[in-house]
Amino acid sequence: MNWNFVLGNIIVSAGAFFLLIGSIGLVRLPDFYARAHATGKSDTLGVMLTTFGLLVHEGISLNSLKLLLLLYFVALTSPTATHALTKAAYRAGLKPWFKKDPPGPRGCPTDIDACALDDLLELKEDD
Amino acid sequence: MDKYYIYLGVVLAVIIFIPLYRVLRGPTLFDRMLGAGAIGTKTMVLIIVIGLVFNRLDMFIDITLAYAVLNFIGTIAVAKYLTTSGPRRRE
Repeated sequence: MNWNFVLGNIIVSAGAFFLLIGSIGLVRLPDFYARAHATGKSDTLGVMLTTFGLLVHEGISLNSLKLLLLLYFVALTSPTATHALTKAAYRAGLKPWFKKDPPGPRGCPTDIDACALDDLLELKEDD
Repeated sequence: MDKYYIYLGVVLAVIIFIPLYRVLRGPTLFDRMLGAGAIGTKTMVLIIVIGLVFNRLDMFIDITLAYAVLNFIGTIAVAKYLTTSGPRRRE
């Protein structure tokens, strides 16, 4: 039993745990911004930990160089994508959910303007 | 001990189905896009694990890099589209 196999498995399991937590947060949280918070951070950490665990498992080779490149790329792009999407939602007028608001149907805020997917598409058509 | 990555692939394939709920019945368009991005991120990890199971990691890592770029470009394109050609403001 060599040590890099065991250590890599432990790190990969931690990464899979964080991916699971991010998925559960994406389903359970009440608001778009809260969901972006959950999935943006824990998915980034999960993918980075998984890639790093596979890198430890692989040792030093060309594959581990490519895995390092992938780790760097994910650390750069995944928060950027979440930030761009959140900024787009804020510009489109999606209001954040506060705790004093009662939770609406389907877990979205009761403010109808904030949930307006159909409204957004309809307004876009008659421009 | 070698079966660890097969089990990990099965677990990841189950985890991928959880954000699909948010894609199917998310209240807003942004929720759907966020779920699609989360599915793409988890698929990257699944592709690497499949490469390790099939012992062809060199080929599958290139696919993963291309998939990561595609996922990022897709999310950025949707965000940019929704900010620039926005609807009529109603303030």
